[in-house]
Amino acid sequence: MVTQSVRSARCRAEVIIAAARGVGAMEEEMHTDAKIRAEIGTGCSPRGPGCSLRHFACEQNLLSRPDGSASFLQGDTSVLAGVYGPAEVKVSKEIFNKATLEVILRPKIGLPGVAEKSRERLIRNTCEAVVLGTLHPRTSITVVLQVVSDAGSLLACCLNAACMALVDAGVPMRALFCGVTCALDSDGTLVLDPTSKQEKEARAVLTFALDSVERKLLMSSTKGLYSDSELQQCLAAAQAASQHVFRFYRESLQRRYSKS
Amino acid sequence: MKTSVVSVVVKVADSSVYLRYIFNTCFRTVEPLEYYRRFLKENCRPDGRELGEFRTTTVNIGSISTADGSALVKLGNTTVICGVKAEFAAPPTDAPDKGYVVPNVDLPPLCSSRFRSGPPGEEAQVASQFIADVIENSQIIQKEDLCISPGKLAWVLYCDLICLDYDGNILDACTFALLAALKNVQLPEVTINEETALAEVNLKKKSYLNIRTHPVATSFAVFDDTLLIVDPTGEEEHLATGTLTIVMDEEGKLCCLHKPGGSGLTGAKLQDCMSRAVTRHKEVKKLMDEVIKSMKPK
Repeated sequence: MVTQSVRSARCRAEVIIAAARGVGAMEEEMHTDAKIRAEIGTGCSPRGPGCSLRHFACEQNLLSRPDGSASFLQGDTSVLAGVYGPAEVKVSKEIFNKATLEVILRPKIGLPGVAEKSRERLIRNTCEAVVLGTLHPRTSITVVLQVVSDAGSLLACCLNAACMALVDAGVPMRALFCGVTCALDSDGTLVLDPTSKQEKEARAVLTFALDSVERKLLMSSTKGLYSDSELQQCLAAAQAASQHVFRFYRESLQRRYSKS
Repeated sequence: MKTSVVSVVVKVADSSVYLRYIFNTCFRTVEPLEYYRRFLKENCRPDGRELGEFRTTTVNIGSISTADGSALVKLGNTTVICGVKAEFAAPPTDAPDKGYVVPNVDLPPLCSSRFRSGPPGEEAQVASQFIADVIENSQIIQKEDLCISPGKLAWVLYCDLICLDYDGNILDACTFALLAALKNVQLPEVTINEETALAEVNLKKKSYLNIRTHPVATSFAVFDDTLLIVDPTGEEEHLATGTLTIVMDEEGKLCCLHKPGGSGLTGAKLQDCMSRAVTRHKEVKKLMDEVIKSMKPK
């Protein structure tokens, strides 16, 4: 939690840096806390704490070198994202009519392995579906994600951080997207945004990426066994929860761009 | 392409047919998406299939004699061979009564010009991770069955899937090849000699693995954000705006819903895919049972 005095001191420091760089309008650091409860009536059994999403926080423009950066916190899970682009692309990788999107995911400890490659592919394809690549042909847009702490729902947090970083970089997109995780335990109860303990004990963990325009399913990655009806139930719950996430995006961006 | 050349030779007298053939091949190269759209409007595809039809699937079990289990699966032109080797290993310390199943998908330069030799590319790594997830989620083998002596010795099954010809829909072919190969694996009986504490392998007494579920993958490609086609070929995958793979077992439970980005899908479209996946599972199961039955009297 950033206290008022520290925040104002940081603001002053940033003003000095911005003036030194000769930048006109300073990008204000924004820190929004939003405790969001997803009340889902029919989809999930009335287990109060089980149906709510964890405490969210998002911070934008915290890194100086990338064109856009964001840090997304969901409970104790935290992911830092940086976006470079549209920038120069290697001739071997260039696509004549679109931007080449690249995603790099670094785990908290160890070297990236096959699981990270698989996640990078999921995030990259999700971003490719929303980013208007045709406006920047023969360029590259690189999204770099660093896992700062993992306490459950990591892939969803990565997706949210990537989306916020793309917005911060000003990359043109046709919609925003968000990630939502559902866990199903052995007696079929649905838990949204599970912690690592809940994920371990769950029978199935489903992660969805939904777009902001029509709440369509952009990406899905699942673990465990579940039935078709349970899938529809989780998808409906995720769509309801995504509304809260998108409202949080809108509020945080409004707060950032209105100089109040 | 080869058959068309033969037909050109036969019909060389009819110059309008020849010109039409030239036009079609040029159009297909220059505007592949438009070419495909014309077929999709008529609810069919250039190779004559319906939108919900799979290519001819053939499976050949037990072709590799040096492997403990093997299978070759052809899905149209896509060919994947799976070989399973069983070796001894110490069980993991956090699960001393479990063995390992280690899958690896290899996409060599042989199968397609887009793959180069060297470390596995992204496509191969994603496919390997997908197969590992399918094994883990579907519980196809109970890992406890692979344990010989808790804490000391367990089986590790190395499943190597090699693609020999890449023409789209690699995930379905790999899943089917893995399932067929695992059904073909015969493990010898192992006893631990109490005096020497060494493992004694009895190669004469072999038993099949206990395959608990039969996961079957069904892949779809999304065209123009709305149309779903089953079993895309390489060209269709390249033109598609998204892909979706559903892995289902015999009770209708889903092991994996793999949708790596791409155009959005509504819940209703997903339902259609589910019903197609159920019918595909029945088709594959029938094929598997036929092959297994033909192998039995040995």
